[in-house]
Amino acid sequence: MAQLETNKPPKVRVNKRRSNENLTGWLFAMPWVIGLLLFFGYPLLSSMYYSFTDFSILQSGEFIGLANYRELFQDDLFWISIYNTIYFAVFFVPLSIIFGVALAMVLNMKVKGMAVYRTIFFLPTLVPHVALAILWVWLLNPQFGLVNAMLDFVGIQGPPWLGSTFWSKPALILMSLWGIGQAVIIYLAGLSDISQEYYEAAEVDGATFLQKTFKITLPLLTPVIFFNLVMGFIGAFQQFTLPYAMTNGTGTPADSLTFYVMYLYDNAFSYFRMGYASAMAWILFLIILVLTSLVFWSSKKWVHYQGD
Amino acid sequence: MEATAKKRFKKIYAHTVLIIASIIFLVPFIWMVSTSFKPITQVFSFPPEFIPRPFQWENYIEATQYIPFWTYTYNTAVITGLSTLGVVISCPIVAYSFAKLRWRGRNMMFAITIAVMMIPAQVTMIPLFLLFNQFGWVGTNLPLIVPAFFGVPFSIFLLRQFFKGLPDTLREAAKIDGASEWRIYWQIMFPLAKPAILAIALFQFMASWTDFLGPLIYLTEEASYTLSLGLQQFQNQQGSQWHLMMAVSTMMTLPIIVLFFFMQKTFINGITFTGIKG
Repeated sequence: MAQLETNKPPKVRVNKRRSNENLTGWLFAMPWVIGLLLFFGYPLLSSMYYSFTDFSILQSGEFIGLANYRELFQDDLFWISIYNTIYFAVFFVPLSIIFGVALAMVLNMKVKGMAVYRTIFFLPTLVPHVALAILWVWLLNPQFGLVNAMLDFVGIQGPPWLGSTFWSKPALILMSLWGIGQAVIIYLAGLSDISQEYYEAAEVDGATFLQKTFKITLPLLTPVIFFNLVMGFIGAFQQFTLPYAMTNGTGTPADSLTFYVMYLYDNAFSYFRMGYASAMAWILFLIILVLTSLVFWSSKKWVHYQGD
Repeated sequence: MEATAKKRFKKIYAHTVLIIASIIFLVPFIWMVSTSFKPITQVFSFPPEFIPRPFQWENYIEATQYIPFWTYTYNTAVITGLSTLGVVISCPIVAYSFAKLRWRGRNMMFAITIAVMMIPAQVTMIPLFLLFNQFGWVGTNLPLIVPAFFGVPFSIFLLRQFFKGLPDTLREAAKIDGASEWRIYWQIMFPLAKPAILAIALFQFMASWTDFLGPLIYLTEEASYTLSLGLQQFQNQQGSQWHLMMAVSTMMTLPIIVLFFFMQKTFINGITFTGIKG
């Protein structure tokens, strides 16, 4: 069949086919092209414009240049929310990677009943975040809570957790770590992608478990770790539902749980300062952009792709 | 002989590690379920008790009467069902065109798609709110459903990787047989991509089912609230109805647990096959 077709002038056919595929390609991608323009492009540009205006829902914006940005830098709560957010990200992201990889390695063993185990570890991510927040407020209650009761059981005097400005963020990190199931699933996928031949070869050479872990598993898992690192940073900087639901939007005690997006949300939808909130959103975008660029830049040094 | 003994030891060791870790992960969840059966007085007992005394399954009935539970469940189901349908309709076809069709501007569009994944939702949140307000959609569930029909970047990316992994020869063979591009997609590629499509469907289902910020912004009438918003109503001036709240949380979690348990293999395969490698 294919050979018979070469009788026809090839150039015309190729061109016709190509333009056909051009049209079909665009048609197939059309939903997303429209979505991209409508739900990302347009809002992105208008949000940038709003950030330079004094814009509230009630009055349309007046152009005020950089005034929103200038005001932000003098806004104490802005700096507090940045500090809280960075504190959370700096501790949570590395911890979630260490625990996530370790957990995925355990869940990758070949034993009976693995479906049940995997479901158990994934369970916390299935609990609605609002419910999860409320549940943990209860678990961390210094007087009645289960966590301190268990610490008491082993002879440790538990901290006041959400009752103190010092312990409220560690408490949030602790409960966030409980929900690393989604990252673990992605690590698991990465682990099952690693060819068994590497391990067989290493076993022939008498490699120990630790050698196999550090020389085979971890290097080959770096692309997935990289993916989760980027996603982890983006997610950590957008922390909202847990602290919002735990504190009823107040960020108590003493704003120690006021996170960046919570303050942004308040400005936009409680005080209706849409211009101010837009400026905050763009600063958040820049922070995430710089951080992910750093991760991308460093990735050349530590991410190994299979077959490289 | 020695090899089997070693194997058995390894298995016992593995189960021990898994069981201990499972308990740590299960305890808060069991606590949620056990609290949901307790009388409110026992919720405050110290030291904490796991076994409800007496076992109050009526909590579940009371919880569904304390808030308009069935209305909220219906609202949540409609939003979750339709947005999941939207993602399943839109994302595979877009991803297919990114992976297999050659069109001018494709690479640029794909690069933009990746860039969009990095934009925090908060940047677009306010203009979108104003846009939907102009459409007259604020107060309805349309802002939580319609965008899904136009594609979600994360899912498009995941599916594109999957389609890339399917051999081109399939498409060429079908073409020679005279199949149209649409038929190739619908009758060959779509069925082959089922595990990956299932994975993105489950991701969307979970995101919609548990979404809080979206409903918080767009749903203004109590009659249109979702379960996530309804949970907050158990906290009020008269004190928190912990036991009832936990009953609703348990009921909210159950459908996803069942879904995940039965689909976890397909789910993980769906992600594996695609590879996050890029």
